[in-house]
Amino acid sequence: MKKFKGRVIAKGSVKATALVSKNGFNTLASYQKSLMFGDEKGKCSDQNNGDIYGKPLAGSALCLPQTIGSTTGGMVLFTAAAMGRQPACMLFSKPIDSLAAAGALLADIWSDAKMPVIDSLGDNFLEYVKSGMSVEVTEEGVVIVE
Amino acid sequence: MKLTKEQKEMLDGKKGAALAKVMQTLVRYGEIFGADKMVPVTGKKGHLVTSFGLGVLKPVYALLDELINEGALSGQPFTADPRPLDDNVPVNPLQKLLFKAMYSKQSDYEAQLEKLGLVRENAFTCTCYMKEVGNTPKKGEVLSWAESSAVVYANSVLGARTNRNSGIIELFGSIAGFVPNFGLLTDKGRKALWVVKIKTTKIPEAQLLGSAIGMKVIDEVPFIEGLDRWLGKKLNDRAKDYLKDMGAASASNGSVGLYHVENLTPEAVESGRKLIAPKAKEYIIDDNELEYIKNTYPCIWKNADAKPKLAFIGCPHLSLAQLKDWTERIEGRGGRVKTRTVMTASAGVIAAFEKTEYAARLKKTGAILSYICPLMFMNNPLCGKMPVITNSNKLRTYTTSRYFTDEEILDIITRGDF
Repeated sequence: MKKFKGRVIAKGSVKATALVSKNGFNTLASYQKSLMFGDEKGKCSDQNNGDIYGKPLAGSALCLPQTIGSTTGGMVLFTAAAMGRQPACMLFSKPIDSLAAAGALLADIWSDAKMPVIDSLGDNFLEYVKSGMSVEVTEEGVVIVE
Repeated sequence: MKLTKEQKEMLDGKKGAALAKVMQTLVRYGEIFGADKMVPVTGKKGHLVTSFGLGVLKPVYALLDELINEGALSGQPFTADPRPLDDNVPVNPLQKLLFKAMYSKQSDYEAQLEKLGLVRENAFTCTCYMKEVGNTPKKGEVLSWAESSAVVYANSVLGARTNRNSGIIELFGSIAGFVPNFGLLTDKGRKALWVVKIKTTKIPEAQLLGSAIGMKVIDEVPFIEGLDRWLGKKLNDRAKDYLKDMGAASASNGSVGLYHVENLTPEAVESGRKLIAPKAKEYIIDDNELEYIKNTYPCIWKNADAKPKLAFIGCPHLSLAQLKDWTERIEGRGGRVKTRTVMTASAGVIAAFEKTEYAARLKKTGAILSYICPLMFMNNPLCGKMPVITNSNKLRTYTTSRYFTDEEILDIITRGDF
């Protein structure tokens, strides 16, 4: 078991199974198909992201460095959250980027969705955590990985 | 963050619940990035990234209705990205059916945008900054824009100041009339953390160079040396078109929001190497590096040898000069396209082009002219299954289309095959 401390972007506590994207998470490319075709599990449709392609995003503890891609990113994340297809939490190893921050805030302020978001967990976090591990997030921004 | 009395009142809900939520979002957004205060949006017009009325975006339409119903409208007119549909671009009946289902909320969404402040003419394009469109910010103006290619152009080529905002956040800035002061709005945030040295033996392909830079510097600011050797020291139309394409590739293959080109872009001309931060990293780009980058692009067609069915030229939208240039290039290769070719430009540029003798000449080549967003077109899975080629590194990144250089594309479309 290992603990990591980050900065709280959106407060909350949750337990979920890790889904790890070692490279930047392309929000639009990842959610495009599931949002368009009513897949409630939010299966990742980004063919360029071998780590998570085809895996369900909804309910996962999504571990990532930052998000990349289209500036629709924040809006897409908000939509996924408002439809209940958001990750259980988003855990950023680096300081959050402006698109993901927008998505996290829009989801927090403009929807009823609960999605704790923690950033600046450090490169060690992303090196340690593996897809399938169980992850617990506390309201203080502590991430406990099995 | 220090807020003025007016801003505090907005936050406290004295100007309505919707505006309070807008303000709460902007304040928290700014606090995440260490903003010290809000600064007024001084640009005359905004620009929105979301132009498509996808049926699934119900939460977005509900949010916009909340704003409209409470009178929380944009204080400034705004343009938006290109429309996803255009009858000029041929589709088969199944593709058409799917488009209808996908973009079922297009007219409703456009009606919402009009209520919020969409400009009345030439509203839809990713190249809103072109003079034929008329949303051209001035140097130093503070903007609340999204659309990565427009943001990087406004910052770099025009010297305006906008962060790389997400959809909806950009609208909030236009509604509030101010944006949190951080990142690319500040002198510190505009310092280059990279020096990129161009050492190619010929002018680098704009879309490849941008891709290489984006992949290397990701979201940091590069100071580009040696490009003036190929583009000259005057920011003329040719240089601007080149930088438009280079910037779009850097913004989509990475997340570049600003670059400086030595002796060429406004801030680089004004401040020169003072823009480079201490201990900036270095990246040398030569012919081999560009070739290497090009070879890393995966081909995700089911059959890599398939005959291309469609070519998209113009992501970002083409300029008037680029449309004329493509007309001449096709004429120089027999005068007919043998692969269905769609050239995309803003309605404003198309209108200006139609007034020139080139319009009839381009029509004669068989190429189709459209204001469509190629990316939105390719988002239709039935279109995405087709072997589509493009000279756009942005389109390559977000869709199944395959990238080729301008010269290669010209070769393919005039021959009809590889």
